[in-house]
Amino acid sequence: MASAEEVAKAAERRDVRDRWLLSAPALLIILFAATGPLLIVLVYSFLTPGSYGDVRWQFSPEAWVSVFMERDIFDDTLSIAAAHVTIFWRSIKLAIVTTIATLALGFPTAYFMATRSEKTRDLWLFLITIPFWTNLLIRTFAVLQIIRNEGIVNAILLKLGIVSAPIQILYTDTAILIGMAYVYLPLMVLPIYASMEKLDFRLVEAGYDLYATRFKVLRRIIFPLVKPGVIAGSILVFIPALGAYVTPSVLGGGKNMMLSNLIELQFGQGRNWPLGSALSIAVMVIVMVALLAYVRNAGRSEVRHG
Amino acid sequence: MGYCVPEQSGRNAIEVRGVRKVFGSGESQVAALDTVSVPIRENEFFTLLGPSGCGKTTLLRLIAGFDFPSAGEILLYGDDIAPLPPFKRPVNTVFQSYALFPHMTVAQNIGFGLEMLGKPKAEIKARVDAMLKLVKMEALAGRRTSQISGGQQQRVALARALAPQPKVLLLDEPLSALDYKLRKEMQIELKRLQHETGITFIFVTHDQEEALTMSDRIAVMSSGKILQVGSPWDIYDKPAERFVADFIGETNFLTAAITGMGNGKARATLKSGATIDATVAEGFQPKDNATVVVRPEHAKLTKGKGDLTGTVENVVYFGTDTHIHVQLDSGEAFTVRQQNTRSAGCGFERGDKVGISIGNDAAQVLRD
Amino acid sequence: MASSFSIKHQPGFTAIAATCFIVLYLPIVVLVVYAFNAATSTSEWGGFSLKWFQSAWQNTQVIDATLRSFQIGAIAATLATIAATMAALATTRTAAYPGLTFKYAAINQPLMVPEIVTGVALLIFFSRVKIFTGYSGLGYLIAAHTAFCIPFAYLPIRARLENMDLTLERAAADLYATPWRTFRRITLPLLWPGILAGLMLAFVISLDDVVITEFVKSGGQDTLPTYMLGQIRRGITPEINAISTVFLLLSVAIVTLFFLISRKRD
Repeated sequence: MASAEEVAKAAERRDVRDRWLLSAPALLIILFAATGPLLIVLVYSFLTPGSYGDVRWQFSPEAWVSVFMERDIFDDTLSIAAAHVTIFWRSIKLAIVTTIATLALGFPTAYFMATRSEKTRDLWLFLITIPFWTNLLIRTFAVLQIIRNEGIVNAILLKLGIVSAPIQILYTDTAILIGMAYVYLPLMVLPIYASMEKLDFRLVEAGYDLYATRFKVLRRIIFPLVKPGVIAGSILVFIPALGAYVTPSVLGGGKNMMLSNLIELQFGQGRNWPLGSALSIAVMVIVMVALLAYVRNAGRSEVRHG
Repeated sequence: MGYCVPEQSGRNAIEVRGVRKVFGSGESQVAALDTVSVPIRENEFFTLLGPSGCGKTTLLRLIAGFDFPSAGEILLYGDDIAPLPPFKRPVNTVFQSYALFPHMTVAQNIGFGLEMLGKPKAEIKARVDAMLKLVKMEALAGRRTSQISGGQQQRVALARALAPQPKVLLLDEPLSALDYKLRKEMQIELKRLQHETGITFIFVTHDQEEALTMSDRIAVMSSGKILQVGSPWDIYDKPAERFVADFIGETNFLTAAITGMGNGKARATLKSGATIDATVAEGFQPKDNATVVVRPEHAKLTKGKGDLTGTVENVVYFGTDTHIHVQLDSGEAFTVRQQNTRSAGCGFERGDKVGISIGNDAAQVLRD
Repeated sequence: MASSFSIKHQPGFTAIAATCFIVLYLPIVVLVVYAFNAATSTSEWGGFSLKWFQSAWQNTQVIDATLRSFQIGAIAATLATIAATMAALATTRTAAYPGLTFKYAAINQPLMVPEIVTGVALLIFFSRVKIFTGYSGLGYLIAAHTAFCIPFAYLPIRARLENMDLTLERAAADLYATPWRTFRRITLPLLWPGILAGLMLAFVISLDDVVITEFVKSGGQDTLPTYMLGQIRRGITPEINAISTVFLLLSVAIVTLFFLISRKRD
């Protein structure tokens, strides 16, 4: 008979093997329909565009050059591609501003929710969860109806006599910003609320006991303790905001392009799949940098508040 | 380990032989159990006693089959069960958290083991009813386990573990979650159940009082080793090592020179110059300076001279008795426990010069 | 200082929170109200009417797209939940083992990449596969949806498993239950609320998807959201409001169910 230790070792090996078998379906599906294709995108970004879309299997760095550069059609000199730079800058700027706006609104909201009584807290959570689960397109569409020239916002402003003619919000960067802040707000509130709910308010009491003002308690006690939630929320908003497709399509009206629209264009009328691929990889790199910053930051704050 | 040879009355239900359990690997290796051997007799109430982290729960888990030893054997009536998975061992456990299945009723919980053993429905029913009766829970058979009190959950956990009639019942600090009064009740209840079922109980606890009152024999553990095995009386009155003496009850430690041995007793000369007779721990190796222990209630305080002399430092009233802390002239500290009476105080005050006399059979020389 | 000093008070926070909740719901309320508008334009109120619901009901494109959405959602959510349940069992309640971190990263990967990038990647990959196999059915959409639903289904299932008391399964093993019976009798029943929550979450996520579907779908494979996006780009009629309202009701129903399940304590 095998000794207990051999049996234990065999059981452990079997356990690890079973765990690989159990996770195989999920890993294979994701490899086939998510991660694997990303590698193909990387390959495509180094190929030559085909005449009618798709690619020719010929190596070319041209797509990567044209992410930020433009080749003059006459003398082949390179210059900065102003259009692309503008779109990159607008996307990053809008994503950052959206993140800040949702944080400014979401933090007090999460705080408000977390300080309610045990019973009503669930109700508030429920109320914030409904928009989160509601179709993003529908919510964007709802914003569209509000901020149109004939929408309720302009109607109220006109009625109050604040403006004499409707202000054009729709199809501007502001519209995209409003739309994104609106649709991504729950993504900011939920993780902050999750951290805030665990906050021990005796620490806040201790802060006041030690002569801290309300603002100092907020800045020196509450904020550091819920920082992981704040960072998680910021990441959850920043990533989809950077690659947002629906909101700029609906509220930007196709005039104010963001990265996603630029990428889509390369696979449509642009017929430049390699450039589209290179742009996609570029977006991913930005996201990865943000994620890495998050992981490092989260790791550090865990050590501190451990 | 010659010091724990038991008198062989009856068979051994469990025999732990040279069991080691190592967690982790490489440099971070920790030996949770360091070559432990102990026989546990049939039908006895055996307690593993020690502070948290001493390895008592690890040993229990190895017997239950939730972990496998790194070396050694665990014999159940002569067969090595160490390599068997838990569901192939005729051993059942009462968990510290009870681990009652929340999606089943009380009766379903109790019948679970029998059902898994494939017993016929009628037999299961009869046995569940008998168990409910045994733990006095007949009225609550249909309840969900979340709808009964902590003490009742405890009884269900016991009934569930006893229902398949295991050869050995393992109890992992089962009373620790109960409040004081309920705990006292359950201690008596457990003794009754053990008596009625005739099953060998292996009980894990860190509560020395619980161990003393319930056990037939106790194994005191520390840092992965069994230091001493014996009856509660042995463990309390004849501790083998400093740790045992210190962990169980209160004790005075005195340094003494052993000036003579014979008849299982030693002559110990204390720092005060007095010489007393003392029993000797098994495995004692003669050496110049040995440690002698005297329980506070086995010493007597006098106004005059005694085996020891000193000054009263503090008098602490405990209701049933009074503790008098004395600073000995030799520099050591000594506590005497004196039974209280209604009529008078203890008769001593801080600053009194006192003598302490140590009774004829009050001292024990430790092994270490 | 005032006698009722509240340690939880922060100036202005309640006002901001109130604004947030109002702002979150106002557009939705307006959208629903205009679904019942009798007028043809969404600019004016022409009285109460159900005609846009009726027109949506009679629009075969809408019904087609809805059925397709449900079909894809049901299949993808079921597959994703099964895969996620297995993966959750494989990645929780264990000491770290080689490959565990890799599994976490792989399972959550779809969450880490902007949808547009995944959409593009699948467009490229599936267009190749289509040429190679000649198959151009719903399978591609189902595969794509299953993949991005897995991390969502995984979340509540994993959470449930991690909160589950390991000693319960140990107790079952102690009471002679084999590993398989322990799974059937103890683990699965206790995990069930998590699995249901995961299934619903996956279904809603699949139902909501626009971007990936937009890139992966072949001609005539519109789901309800991509159909609506096309309509909104072309100009809006209250019919979209009517469809949205029905969609909203469905979402609220599912969230409520989800809430009741995940709040339920054993």
